[in-house]
Amino acid sequence: MANLKELTHREDRLEGGHRLCAGCGASIAVRQVLLGAGLEPVVVGCATGCLEVSTTIYPYSAWKTPFIHNAFENAAATVSGVEAAFKGLKAAGKIPADKRVKFVAFGGDGGTYDIGLQSLSGAMERGHDMVYVCYDNGAYMNTGIQRSSATPKGAWATTAQVGAAQQGKQQRRKDLTAIMAAHNIPYVAQASISHWKDLTNKAEKAFAVQGPAFINVFAPCPRGWRIPYNKTVEIAKSAVQTGFWPLFEVEDGVWRQTVRVVNRKPIEEFLKPQGRFKHLFAPGNEALLAEMQSDVDHQWDALQSRFNCS
Amino acid sequence: MPTQKTVAATGNTVVAEAMRQCAPDVVAAYPITPQTTIVEEFAAFVAKGRVHTEYVTVESEHSAMSACVGASAAGARVMTATSSQGLALMWEELHIAAGMRLPIVMANANRALSAPINIHCDHSDIMGARDTGWVMLFAETAQEAYDNTIMAVRVAENDDVLLPVMSTLDGFITTHSIDRVELMDDESVSAFVGEYVPKYPLLDLENPVTHGSFAGLDGPFFEFKKAQREAIERSRKVINDVGAEFSKLSGRPFGMIETWGMEDAEVAIIVLGSTAGNVRHVARGLRDAGMKAGVVKVRCFRPFPFAEIAEALLGVKAVAVMDRAESFGAEGGPLFLEVRSALYDSSERMPVIDYIYGLGGSDVKLELIESVYKDLTDIASGVEAPAGLVYLGTR
Ligand SMILES: Cc1ncc(C[n+]2csc(CCOP(=O)(O)OP(=O)(O)O)c2C)c(N)n1
Ligand code: SF4
Ligand SMILES: [Mg+2]
Repeated sequence: MANLKELTHREDRLEGGHRLCAGCGASIAVRQVLLGAGLEPVVVGCATGCLEVSTTIYPYSAWKTPFIHNAFENAAATVSGVEAAFKGLKAAGKIPADKRVKFVAFGGDGGTYDIGLQSLSGAMERGHDMVYVCYDNGAYMNTGIQRSSATPKGAWATTAQVGAAQQGKQQRRKDLTAIMAAHNIPYVAQASISHWKDLTNKAEKAFAVQGPAFINVFAPCPRGWRIPYNKTVEIAKSAVQTGFWPLFEVEDGVWRQTVRVVNRKPIEEFLKPQGRFKHLFAPGNEALLAEMQSDVDHQWDALQSRFNCS
Repeated sequence: MPTQKTVAATGNTVVAEAMRQCAPDVVAAYPITPQTTIVEEFAAFVAKGRVHTEYVTVESEHSAMSACVGASAAGARVMTATSSQGLALMWEELHIAAGMRLPIVMANANRALSAPINIHCDHSDIMGARDTGWVMLFAETAQEAYDNTIMAVRVAENDDVLLPVMSTLDGFITTHSIDRVELMDDESVSAFVGEYVPKYPLLDLENPVTHGSFAGLDGPFFEFKKAQREAIERSRKVINDVGAEFSKLSGRPFGMIETWGMEDAEVAIIVLGSTAGNVRHVARGLRDAGMKAGVVKVRCFRPFPFAEIAEALLGVKAVAVMDRAESFGAEGGPLFLEVRSALYDSSERMPVIDYIYGLGGSDVKLELIESVYKDLTDIASGVEAPAGLVYLGTR
């Protein structure tokens, strides 16, 4: 694994000057992941969403590396095509057989958990030599904070409103990382922008494996979460410390916790600073809060037993 | 001159053969009746090591075209095939392939669209794609499907065009019937299509490019679309030139339209695809009986050969358009709308009647075609033309 000094010498492949909001978690995710690619060339694919629209406003591009955007639901299929072209052109003798290139696709939670799940599942099953990174900000931010299957239960979203009949999103989140682990691919990890070294190490491992790898990166969105732009990292950290977003990896089927949480904090610490959970602290919603805590506890215990078995 | 081998084979077999001979770097495809045997036979070429192609067995047609877009942007020669629901599922990606100016070549086995589900021939699938920016070629026979597929590569990859091309053949009628086909030798096809040299490949790592940018209100979206229009207009000449060059090699004629008996025709039928053969057969019989019957077969639907059609129809007294697809609520089917529009600027405007026929593979009996010519003769001699379109042969 590269140390901090080495990392500081690596070039940023996503240039400043893009139009993501100040404090956007997505750009931190991209930076740390691409640092993990080392010095080898990287081709980037990206699903429609905040990251894509904010970095490629024609005639500008914030990408200093080959980049392709196709549509919302097909970043995985698109990059699998790029990777297939690399192989096909090698077979045709148009690219030297020993040439090495990394392929990575980025998608938001909407483009990954929801509309892009089929394309992702297909690409992983086919075994393309590519890394898929979901930057999970828990809603469709680009189109105005609509709920996704990654939105936490109880969170406000513009399609999961708060009112007399309902307190935000009614359903639990989907555990995408576990779904990807069930694909039995060589490397799956869950990471957070708050733990940048852990994230970059995971990216390094993901890029190093032969075949498909998946990383689910927790990437807060100040605008959608109703938090100040300078709280992104702090809140991501509290998601880890409360057990809401555990950090682990699944390497060839072996589950391993990568960041230990010694004194797991109550979930309120993660929820309280965020405007999207404000209503949960209103009188009458105590049961909802308690349920969220018990969900986190349950998820935590289930995960610990996976670590123990492995 | 190429060596040509005569074989008895289905349309799908010879399309798969043409694909092999064009040596795509990537094929990403998903099976659907009646296209399936194309991708199966191509998979056999891959398994036997007869092609260097990276064959991506995607999980859907949406992903098939998505992967084709990625592969083509990367700099590969890319081919695929689909049909019906598969083409419909690709719809979003068809626009993107054309908008990104990617020279992908795709065979389509023309088939009805659900509902009700039906696996047989009509042109509803392909007509749903007519405004996606693809060049669209139609085959009457397996031979034409083979020839069109090879020519498609040259048209698509031409610097003046750089657009995706569909090479279509009629489901079952052409895809599955065994026909007499002349195949060129591998070297001649390879020399004819040449090597694809991409303009701005994603895999040019020293010169990184961004593909698929955002072009909003201030962006040149409108200008990009105009450039696309200009490209498809330029493709007319390229299609004709490539066709002429191919004809020289193969000894088989090619035109955006092909006419029969039009020199002195008084009544004419305009048709796409496999039915053209039946129409010619009927017209020949009627000529023997004294009727001045003609046939216009449209081999290229996008870009639409309007000038050629208007010219071919000069002197004709009544025209029937046979449409194997609906455009519900429009004045007629897609081919009719084009033909009538082509005649607007013509010095002669004769009655044009639209016949919707053969939807979902319903039988196109020779008597039905004969009845169309009879209608036309009546109309030519002063009988009033039917108001609105005619469903030909419904029970
Ligand atoms: C097929 C399709 N449906 C809907 C949209 C509209 N759309 C564009 S981005 C987006 C949401 C993106 O959400 P996510 O993937 O979570 O990324 P984020 O914007 O949050 O970064 C939606 C709904 C689209 N572009 N394409
Ligand atoms: S809306 Fe959220 S995800 Fe989108 S750019 Fe702003 S902070 Fe980032
Ligand atoms: Mg999101």
